[in-house]
Amino acid sequence: MPESWRGLEQSSLTMRITISIALLLTLGGIVLSIAAFAYGREAARSAYDRLLLGSANHIASALTIRDGQPVLELPVSAFELLALAPDDRIGYRIMNADGTTLTGYDEIEVSADRGDGFFDGTFFGAPARYVIVSRRFAERTFKGTLQVVIGHTLQARQALAYDITSKALYVLAASGLAMVLLSVLVVRSVLRPLRRMADGLQARDPHDLTPLQMTVPSETAVMIKALNGFMARLDRQMNSMRHLISDTAHQLRTPVAALKAQAELLADETDPAQRERIAKRIKDRSAGLGRLLEQLLSQALVIHRGDSAKREHLDLRDIALDVFEEGDHRLLYPDMEISLNLADTAIPVRADEASIREAMKNLLGNAVKYGSAPVEIGTSIEGGLASVWVRDAGPGPDPDTLNSLGERFSVKSPTRQTGSGLGLAIAHSVAIAFDGELRLQALDEGGFQASLVFPQAQGELSS
Amino acid sequence: MKSAHVFICHLLLVIIANGILLQSPALAQERVETMGPDTATETVLIRSTTDISVFGAVVEAFLATRPGLRIRYEQWGSNDLYKLSRDECRNGNQAADVIISSGVHQMVKLVNEACAASHVSPGTSQLPEALRWRNELWGITREPAVIVYNREQVPENEIPRTRFDLLDLLRQDNTSYAGRVATYDIEQSGLGYLFAFADAREATTFGALQESFGRTRAISTCCSADIIDSVANGRYLIAYNVLGSYAQDFQLRDNRIGIILPSDYTLVLSRALMIPLKAQNHDTATRFLDFLLSSEGRLALHRALLISPLLETEDGSEGESLYVSSLRPIGLSPALLAALDRLTRETFLRRWRDTFEEQ
Repeated sequence: MPESWRGLEQSSLTMRITISIALLLTLGGIVLSIAAFAYGREAARSAYDRLLLGSANHIASALTIRDGQPVLELPVSAFELLALAPDDRIGYRIMNADGTTLTGYDEIEVSADRGDGFFDGTFFGAPARYVIVSRRFAERTFKGTLQVVIGHTLQARQALAYDITSKALYVLAASGLAMVLLSVLVVRSVLRPLRRMADGLQARDPHDLTPLQMTVPSETAVMIKALNGFMARLDRQMNSMRHLISDTAHQLRTPVAALKAQAELLADETDPAQRERIAKRIKDRSAGLGRLLEQLLSQALVIHRGDSAKREHLDLRDIALDVFEEGDHRLLYPDMEISLNLADTAIPVRADEASIREAMKNLLGNAVKYGSAPVEIGTSIEGGLASVWVRDAGPGPDPDTLNSLGERFSVKSPTRQTGSGLGLAIAHSVAIAFDGELRLQALDEGGFQASLVFPQAQGELSS
Repeated sequence: MKSAHVFICHLLLVIIANGILLQSPALAQERVETMGPDTATETVLIRSTTDISVFGAVVEAFLATRPGLRIRYEQWGSNDLYKLSRDECRNGNQAADVIISSGVHQMVKLVNEACAASHVSPGTSQLPEALRWRNELWGITREPAVIVYNREQVPENEIPRTRFDLLDLLRQDNTSYAGRVATYDIEQSGLGYLFAFADAREATTFGALQESFGRTRAISTCCSADIIDSVANGRYLIAYNVLGSYAQDFQLRDNRIGIILPSDYTLVLSRALMIPLKAQNHDTATRFLDFLLSSEGRLALHRALLISPLLETEDGSEGESLYVSSLRPIGLSPALLAALDRLTRETFLRRWRDTFEEQ
């Protein structure tokens, strides 16, 4: 019945809870009704059985022996006791030890071997309940047991049982109704925050991605948190895109303007030697512009992947090795001496391989371009922190630049970057995208190191 | 002569008692009368212990509301009526449509044995609880048990207004009341037994009274009419526990008697009416009952003195106005079953007999 299931899933929570509770109450009501009736009958039975017993004892104690014969003046109070069941007919029989009737109704049947206690029977066609009480005599003139049998019809018992049952059912019905109403109220109050959230979202400016600020019960807070997390990611990406676009525009404006100027110069120049020099400059500029574009693209890639790529288990050594072997730098700077320094054990992190590789390429590019040989690329792990790094023997940027770079990158957000710092910006973006950081530091033993540090991943590598 | 009377009474009693034990004597109604037009299509049989002369007017009043109805009224002694009704009930062949008896304990027993049909109407619902049982038995009259005295021979200052007064009268040595106080022979009269039984339940006074009766050789005899008549002609000076309705009826014709409602307490009898389970004219029977309980019927009963004026105001002869609290209605309840119990009756009667045989 998939159709009806879907119908059920779409039905309102209030309706569902109300139906569940109604169902529960109906079932419970049936069970409780049966229980109440059983209890009512039992209560009525025990209450009236006591009356019977009291009255039987009363009569038994009124039995006396006179001149060898049982004598009895029936205590009226015994009957008055039974008259507490006002509309019930009363049967009694007092029997000799041999089962013959001394007085009372012969019609009451008592089996010969019956001892003291209660039993069910009939009285002139109506069901009745009886009790037997024995009285033993050991007189000089009379020795034996007399049995008092007394009982009454069941009207009062049934009335009491019915009364108890119906009262119990009234209470049950009332409380059931109260529960249904209460559950409707509770469900409504529980769902009210959802309504408020929906209203809050609807009322929002389309560009407003700030977190929702509302106090809600902790169960509903999960949704708010998820929603806010989602919006924050969206916000970051939008910001990155904006920055990328403005960065790109900014970065491209100068070289393009320079190219344009050179081109104009070239058009006006008549001296062939000069023209050749200008053409060479245009060519150099174009190559620079190409590199710049490549970097901008890789930053866009990193920014895009940082928030959206799924994280997988990686070994940082693999990345170091890949970057080392790719060999772009050998092409550009064939004189540069580069070595690889890998740890013995795996360096597991959870991140996106392409992003980190891109970041490392940028760091390596910076090292070979601005640093001095020998350049070293490697990995290490220390205190739960996994890192992959590039070292060179140069002094690194001067301290002022380093400080300003440090300040900028310590802010945990993608950074706007101009000029040659773009590589660092990419690395920084990648680092914070995967809960890590970019560390730039001068080494004590001389040289400069740029490293990407990530928390070490738990568990085995998937590959 | 008095002892001879007592002897005869006892003899009678023994004969009747034997007769009951042997189940042999043919039961016979005392009087029969048919009222209503000959052309009637329906005949209802009422069996009652009430004298036709008293109840006839009430029946006529009912017939006046229902043309086309005839009523056959059988007057019975209470013991015979009880026995007949019980036998018929057990045979499953109940001839009567309505049974009315002053032996309310007997009626309670009949109802207890599932002989009666049930009926609920606005009229029956208005009856006090004590005057109905199971919606099968209803008390239709209000008749006090009174003390009757001879107005000529009982001086004003000796009129017993309570049982204690009576006791004091009998306690004096050489009292002139010795042998001249009469009451029902409770062995012979179902009503007398019922009154005595109710007295014994009501107060310890009754034991003392019984003892005084014995000591002063009081007379236990039968029949309201005889007793009242004997008080009027001076043979007895005081009669105890006489049915007020008969006494008042007599007094209206013969003012030599005075009537006292004992102010310590006064038993009030409500004759009981039941409709046998298998009555052939059940519907008409219920109409008759509803009539008796209606204001019209109550008026007729009132006129017949069956709802006694003595109980209502002080204008009923010399009877004092009584506080309601001293009225003791004999309620229709299964407690009356004790009165009919064989052993209990034997014990009760033995004590009674002992008292009167000591004389």
